Amino acid sequence: MKHSSIAISNLDFSYGSSPALNDINLEIPAKSVTAFIGPSGCGKSTLLRCINRMNDEIPIAKITRGGIYLDGIDIHDSSVDVVKLRRDVGMVFQKSNPFPRSIYDNVAYGLRLQGSLPKSVLDQSIEEALRAAALWDEVKDRMNESAFGLSGGQQQRLCIARTIAVKPSIVLMDEPCSALDPIATAKVEELIWDLKAHYTIVIVTHNMQQASRVSDKTAFFYMGNLIEFSETSRIFSNPRVKKTEEYITGRFG
Amino acid sequence: MFNPENLILKGLPKGHIKDRVVRSLMAGLTYAIVLIAALLFGKIIVDGAPVLFKAQAPFVDFEFLTAKNETLHVFDDAQGTRHQLPASAYSDYIKKHEGTPIFNETTYSYSGGGIAGPIVGTILLTVGSMILALFFGVCAAIYLSEYAKQSPFIHAVRLAILNLAGIPSIVFGLFGFSVFVLAVPVITATPSDRSLLCVPLFINDYVMSFQGWNSSLMAGCATLACMILPVIITASEESLRAVPQGFRDASLALGATRWQTIRKCVIPFSLSGILTSSLLAITRVAGETAPIMFTAAVAAKDDLPWQGLKSPFDLLSSQVQALPYHIYTLAARIPSSEYTQRAQYGSVFVFLVIVAFLSLGSMILRSKLRSKLKW
Repeated sequence: MKHSSIAISNLDFSYGSSPALNDINLEIPAKSVTAFIGPSGCGKSTLLRCINRMNDEIPIAKITRGGIYLDGIDIHDSSVDVVKLRRDVGMVFQKSNPFPRSIYDNVAYGLRLQGSLPKSVLDQSIEEALRAAALWDEVKDRMNESAFGLSGGQQQRLCIARTIAVKPSIVLMDEPCSALDPIATAKVEELIWDLKAHYTIVIVTHNMQQASRVSDKTAFFYMGNLIEFSETSRIFSNPRVKKTEEYITGRFG
Repeated sequence: MFNPENLILKGLPKGHIKDRVVRSLMAGLTYAIVLIAALLFGKIIVDGAPVLFKAQAPFVDFEFLTAKNETLHVFDDAQGTRHQLPASAYSDYIKKHEGTPIFNETTYSYSGGGIAGPIVGTILLTVGSMILALFFGVCAAIYLSEYAKQSPFIHAVRLAILNLAGIPSIVFGLFGFSVFVLAVPVITATPSDRSLLCVPLFINDYVMSFQGWNSSLMAGCATLACMILPVIITASEESLRAVPQGFRDASLALGATRWQTIRKCVIPFSLSGILTSSLLAITRVAGETAPIMFTAAVAAKDDLPWQGLKSPFDLLSSQVQALPYHIYTLAARIPSSEYTQRAQYGSVFVFLVIVAFLSLGSMILRSKLRSKLKW
């Protein structure tokens, strides 16, 4: 699979005239889970949205220096098609946002964008995606019912299934569990562990325990700066920077 | 000393009396409005319904709905019987009873026959203008809501559209007259004398002549479309904006292009809102008199709209009768008498029924689409 390691170098980013990210340097290895942690407004979601260029949709948002490279390819190069990039770099949002259509149509959405597929191929891909998202058994008998009839946790897993149905190599998750109860959260976390074998996963989270449970590496952001980035076990047991320790232990943020 | 009973048993303070006065004043004003509406509709229904409905089967006077509009002749025959006949029946009567004298003959313009012409004309104008307005309006709304960046220029455009909604309809009528009736280009081999400019096309004798479409169905449709464009654009833009941003983000993040996102993810979910507001615009279009006075409507027409046409294009370039203009003519141009009341109240009643059906349709459509798509 191509485009699965992410390199961010000397990245400066600003909304209009207010800078949001300063000089970010980060190497995210392929097929691993990387967590972004930090207090609200520290720029972690902004950085996440840079990786699949979702910030292009915000008129005033701009990268002012540096770049992001997927397997060495600059994603802002003029030869890169942003539509293809987003097929390769999927995204799961904070608020689960299934379309008000059937469960089947939700998962089929991304596949249908790429041209018409035979029904059998479509069915097969949808089943695979739902199985991968550990949702198949719960929804297989109600594929034509509205996705809005699912519970919050199921909806979020449906969004994950929808994302991986188009076979990306990287999956970005922006606080995927912030609106879920502990049981649904546990299911999504389990899912993240399983998905790691096939995808490079970057997850933004406010939940320290979650970061420590699911991620291989953790990056701590504060005020638009990358304060510390290393193995998760190390960040949580023996952080090098005092700020990191203060945040993790809940002294601020 | 603290006594809990005193907290609630204080007697009626002055403030409560004021409250009651204000309350009854507001209620009175509200019911006054209801009373006005009841009087208005009551009068029209009491005087208009008997024209359309009959006591015997089939209960509806289809002739009033399907016959063309004619002059009414009222006269006495030799036996002293009073006859009320529309022009065509009158000439038949005269032929049949040649030689027998008639007495006390009076004529009332527009009062005989039915109102098929105005009904069909109104429907044609409404459908035509809605097609035009929806096409232009929804496209503009999509651009404003989905593509345009928020710049001072776009704000100015939006403000201009909003201001357009406040322009009196007679001004739109005059605009339509000067632009669509007198100035828009047509391709023809025989340009009219008053053509403003002729551009040769070098295909036989054809020229593009800026001579307008004359007073015609298409000029009227274009004028009415201009009048409701701001309503359609504003309402459509609002419906488009009501679609949660999350749907757009999800679609784009799955590798959809802008247009795919709009087509599959924004328009389907905003359709109910767009259609509802458009149906409200329909009732406005159907009811306007001023914009069509100079651009499309005639008071009297010998043929029904579909009669005497050589091609469909003839329909677009011919003048039509329209219900609101017909009502205006009946009310303002002819003296009111017991013989004209049938046409007057009947027309108004039919018009109200049509508008009521349109409103009802919009309500049903809205509730159907709403129950289908919810988030």
